[in-house]
Amino acid sequence: MPEIANRAAAFPRMGARRLLIIGGILLIVAGMIFGDIFAVFVLHQNADRIGGHLVAATEAVAAADATAAQSHIISIGGGGGLLENRGTKVDTHVHIIVFGYIALLLALLQPYVALSDKRKRQLALLFIAGSTLLPVSVFLIYYVGTAGSPLASAGIGWASIVADFGGLLVIIACAGELGGLWRHLRSQREAVKAEELLPDRSWPSRALLTGGTLLVLAGFIHGAYYAGADLYDHEAQDVALLGAMVESAAAQNLTAALQAVNDYGGLQANKAVKIAAHAHIIEFGTLALLLAFIQPFVFLSERWKRRWVIIFLLGSVVLPVFVLLELQWGLVAGGIADVGGFLAIIALLGMLTGVLRYTGKLDAPEGATK
Amino acid sequence: MSRSRKLLIVGGLLLVVWGMSYGLYYALFDEHQTLESITVSLSNGFAAAAQRDMSKAKAALDGYETAKFEYAREVDVHSHWSGLALLLILFGLIFDQVAFSERVRFYLAMMLVVGSFAFPLGVWLQTVDRGAGPQALAIVGAAFLIIALSAVAVGFAARQKGTA
Repeated sequence: MPEIANRAAAFPRMGARRLLIIGGILLIVAGMIFGDIFAVFVLHQNADRIGGHLVAATEAVAAADATAAQSHIISIGGGGGLLENRGTKVDTHVHIIVFGYIALLLALLQPYVALSDKRKRQLALLFIAGSTLLPVSVFLIYYVGTAGSPLASAGIGWASIVADFGGLLVIIACAGELGGLWRHLRSQREAVKAEELLPDRSWPSRALLTGGTLLVLAGFIHGAYYAGADLYDHEAQDVALLGAMVESAAAQNLTAALQAVNDYGGLQANKAVKIAAHAHIIEFGTLALLLAFIQPFVFLSERWKRRWVIIFLLGSVVLPVFVLLELQWGLVAGGIADVGGFLAIIALLGMLTGVLRYTGKLDAPEGATK
Repeated sequence: MSRSRKLLIVGGLLLVVWGMSYGLYYALFDEHQTLESITVSLSNGFAAAAQRDMSKAKAALDGYETAKFEYAREVDVHSHWSGLALLLILFGLIFDQVAFSERVRFYLAMMLVVGSFAFPLGVWLQTVDRGAGPQALAIVGAAFLIIALSAVAVGFAARQKGTA
């Protein structure tokens, strides 16, 4: 019972830690749902349109139409082009999830931050505001363009400016937390409340710690292998295929030019799935480590906590593995990878339900929760 | 708080601020210019080929290759610094649960911190020098991380056996 009371004191209803945990999980869930929507409705369609413009540009080279060739390439990579459409959505997805991670991390650090409760709440709100503003503004870059921007000549629109402001808010909030941590270290105070979180050796916490470390390790090894075996080769192939496109088209050999376009598309897909698998397995590993810490604040029965952990770890393995298999299995693997992402989202929402139920009334008898 | 935990948490927080500051600087002063350079080089290459000026087309594609090489690494550096910073702080919170002596834990923490700074730095330095030096720094940094991470995984598993 005293342990429960201590936990309640460390997790006040509108305290910075609670705000950061709820905000962090919501950011991660929002980022994952956005990623799924992006993968299903934008990614492949956008890649097809890029391929179409490359074919048209190649045909324009063969027809000696320099203006048309240039125009098709600018449609791919220029301001408001297809790469910007893809890039801003990837950035939105990545940033919203990473900010969710940092929010969870800051929640864990709160007892080490030697600031007043009011100041901690302000920093938490500032962090969540910046973490929301940046990805939303990045998403809008493609749609807002450079209209009315004072930096339009540099290709920077209002959405980029607001996104950078959001990033600045996040940096200020992190710097504030760092200052609080520095004060704590200087004062050599014991973080008694913080220590209560860490020795949680329940099955869900242990499974998440071990699973998370193994996922991160697997991601590192995969990344190192990719960097050593594929990265430079892919970069060389990228330029070689573009060279083959223009040379074959200029020599009126459209068959060879279009084959180069086709191979270029295959190369981009190969790169994309390997990088996505690497990024996702490490992200899920990091998230598993973070979730291990918040298990004491998930106000659910042990049985349900175990279920959510198993579902989360299952999704964390299924998604990156089947993303990697997309090259061999195509859309079937893509569909299974989406199911993996869905499992992780469901598990996160299940844990969030437990955090929201944690009202501070922790004197409920064991077994009262379901 | 033990020395190893302090090293990981302070190192991680400094790396978070460093990684974000780099990202902000990059977004403000470099990213748009690099993306513009990629597109302009590629479109010039296609236009030159359409005009049958193949030496100009090749020069433009070389420009594209350089800009894209830089872009890939600059974005990687930002995401790796920020991601590794998170990992350092996380490990800092639980490092006492790694079943080794504090001395060994401190060496592991040192490897994690040095690797987390050095590996992305080596990648970034490749944008200014494509020689073996930056590549070697990135490889050594990554090796530090993989070795330390493997040891930490063993440390967690060993402790769990003992406490089960």
